[in-house]
Amino acid sequence: MGTVSVHGLCKSFGEVQALDGVTLDVPDGAFFVVLGPSGAGKTTTLRAIAGLEKLDAGSVHLDERDATGDTPAARDLAMVFQSYALYPRHTAYENIASPLRARRCSSSEVAAAVEQVSSLLHIERLLQRRPAQLSGGEMQRVALARALVRRPRAFLMDEPLTNLDLKLRVEMRTELTRIHRSLGGTFVYVTNDQVEALSMADQVAVLKEGKVQQVGTPTEVYERPANQWVAGFVGSPRISLLACHVEGDRLVGAEGWTLPRPRWTTVEDGRPLLLGVRAEDLSVEQRGNASLSGELYGLEPLGDRTVVDVRVGTKILKVKARPTVTGTPGERLLVTVDLDRAHLFDADTGLALSEAGR
Amino acid sequence: MAVSVDDAVSAGPVRDHTPPARRFGGRGRAVLEVALLTVLAVVMLFPVLWMVETSIKENRDVYAIPAKFFDFKVTVDHFKDVFVSSSGGRSGLSVSFLNSVVVAGVSTVLATVLGVPAAWAYSRFALKAKKDQLFFILSTRFMPPVVVVIPIFLMYRQVGLIDTQLGLILIYTAFNVPFTIWMMKGFVDEVPAEYEDAAMLDGYTRLQAFWKFTLPLLVPGIAATAVFALIFSWNEFVFAIFLTSSDDVRTAPPAIAGLIGGTTVDWGLVAASSVVFAVPVLVFAYLVRRHLVAGVTLGAVRR
Repeated sequence: MGTVSVHGLCKSFGEVQALDGVTLDVPDGAFFVVLGPSGAGKTTTLRAIAGLEKLDAGSVHLDERDATGDTPAARDLAMVFQSYALYPRHTAYENIASPLRARRCSSSEVAAAVEQVSSLLHIERLLQRRPAQLSGGEMQRVALARALVRRPRAFLMDEPLTNLDLKLRVEMRTELTRIHRSLGGTFVYVTNDQVEALSMADQVAVLKEGKVQQVGTPTEVYERPANQWVAGFVGSPRISLLACHVEGDRLVGAEGWTLPRPRWTTVEDGRPLLLGVRAEDLSVEQRGNASLSGELYGLEPLGDRTVVDVRVGTKILKVKARPTVTGTPGERLLVTVDLDRAHLFDADTGLALSEAGR
Repeated sequence: MAVSVDDAVSAGPVRDHTPPARRFGGRGRAVLEVALLTVLAVVMLFPVLWMVETSIKENRDVYAIPAKFFDFKVTVDHFKDVFVSSSGGRSGLSVSFLNSVVVAGVSTVLATVLGVPAAWAYSRFALKAKKDQLFFILSTRFMPPVVVVIPIFLMYRQVGLIDTQLGLILIYTAFNVPFTIWMMKGFVDEVPAEYEDAAMLDGYTRLQAFWKFTLPLLVPGIAATAVFALIFSWNEFVFAIFLTSSDDVRTAPPAIAGLIGGTTVDWGLVAASSVVFAVPVLVFAYLVRRHLVAGVTLGAVRR
């Protein structure tokens, strides 16, 4: 149905540079997630695509055609707002019908389309209610239906699940993926929730302070973070970062520890580095191929697993362990590191070192 | 109309319906409060009561000394005199009341039609020096009418607007537009801009989005604002007395004032025409009573 590509988007609000050269290419039919913390410029990017934001610089192409100056209506897009933005004086039916009415569809067409989309979203019994009579989850579905009632070039979704409670959010995650699969269509989905990004996306763009940090599949972003910041932002518990440098065959930590140099890196000696290891690649149960020694700092039982905080020097490592693990704070521990899955970042630039050797 | 305006107003942005907390308890304080309020009410309302009484007294009782508070004969002759002249046709006063209706009505409609879209624009769009523009708009109301009436008189004389209804309509509109913009901006600010964003993505133009989705939500605010503008135009005296002279054009305030003077004053007629003049304002003020205080402070002051 549609490709969306934006090039060099810049937008400032007074002193704040919301977008600083954002370039993204959303392929036709993709579930494309824009991920970033609040204030990263995700929503502004989406609003720029929608034509709701006047840009300082940059261009928006829809289906390979320059749409930078087009009105929102002319762009043929649909959007789900974080606040849902349901028209308060209209019934759910009229809210959903609004995009069709604006395009002067006959009332039989409208009725058919609304019926179809409301059965897709299981909201048939809500159609005569007004937004004030709907719960948060129901409003969310109606807002979604208003977007899905048409087949626009692309669907834009601005944190549509953020205002739902956890249970509903998990449900709707699955539901949205199902809808995307059954409808096809290009989805541009903005969220600050990395779980949503990793579980739903075909492609993820990670945004920080108006700049794109990395674009890739969820696996790429998780397994090969482009820089230290992406590594820290994506993944829970947070990746552990340790200052170190290479000396010959060894990786020497600022805290005094020594590990074998990962085979895949060819970095020169003495360059200040950060070793990044995810919790699941660390173990207190003798796995992996290298060890660090530290002391038990705390236990965080999470039901299916326990996160063990281990203090190495002044740094706390997050280690994923079996739920049965026990220990007393202060106890000496040996943490094994799976160096094949670890990451090295340049300590100055934060950029990931080439992992081509892997 | 009456009911719908009131209902609509109650749906407006006035959210705080809680009564002000009473800081000091005790029965004695309550009694004192009631006593104080009674005294104030009597002081404030006595002239009104006296006006109403005078309007229904026979002339003999109007001039009676000592004044008669209760024991007088009721008559509606004065009210008849307001509308019907002694020779049987329409009275001069009734013409001036009609003029007031036209001038106040048209200027209010104009101020609303001009002010509401302006308020929407100031609320929604990023404009250069927006605060300065808004301040400038407000500043046109800083000066009391008396200060500007002479230059306006001179300008009006040049363009032939002296002693015309159009002249009064224009000057009242000019005074009401800034007020409408400021008050309506408060109401527009309360309506999320996302409704319009959503409507534009639905396929409407920006103006359609405003017209179809925002404007209906503004109706309570518009009603309240228009009533304020109407009351201003209705009550306005200074411009009316300076800029109009003939009985055909004159509005009610100067016409009623004109009844006083000369050798004898028909106080019964003055009182009756004052009552007639006060009734519309009372009705409209009742309709927007919730907004008389809250509307002004919330709509215009809060940013």
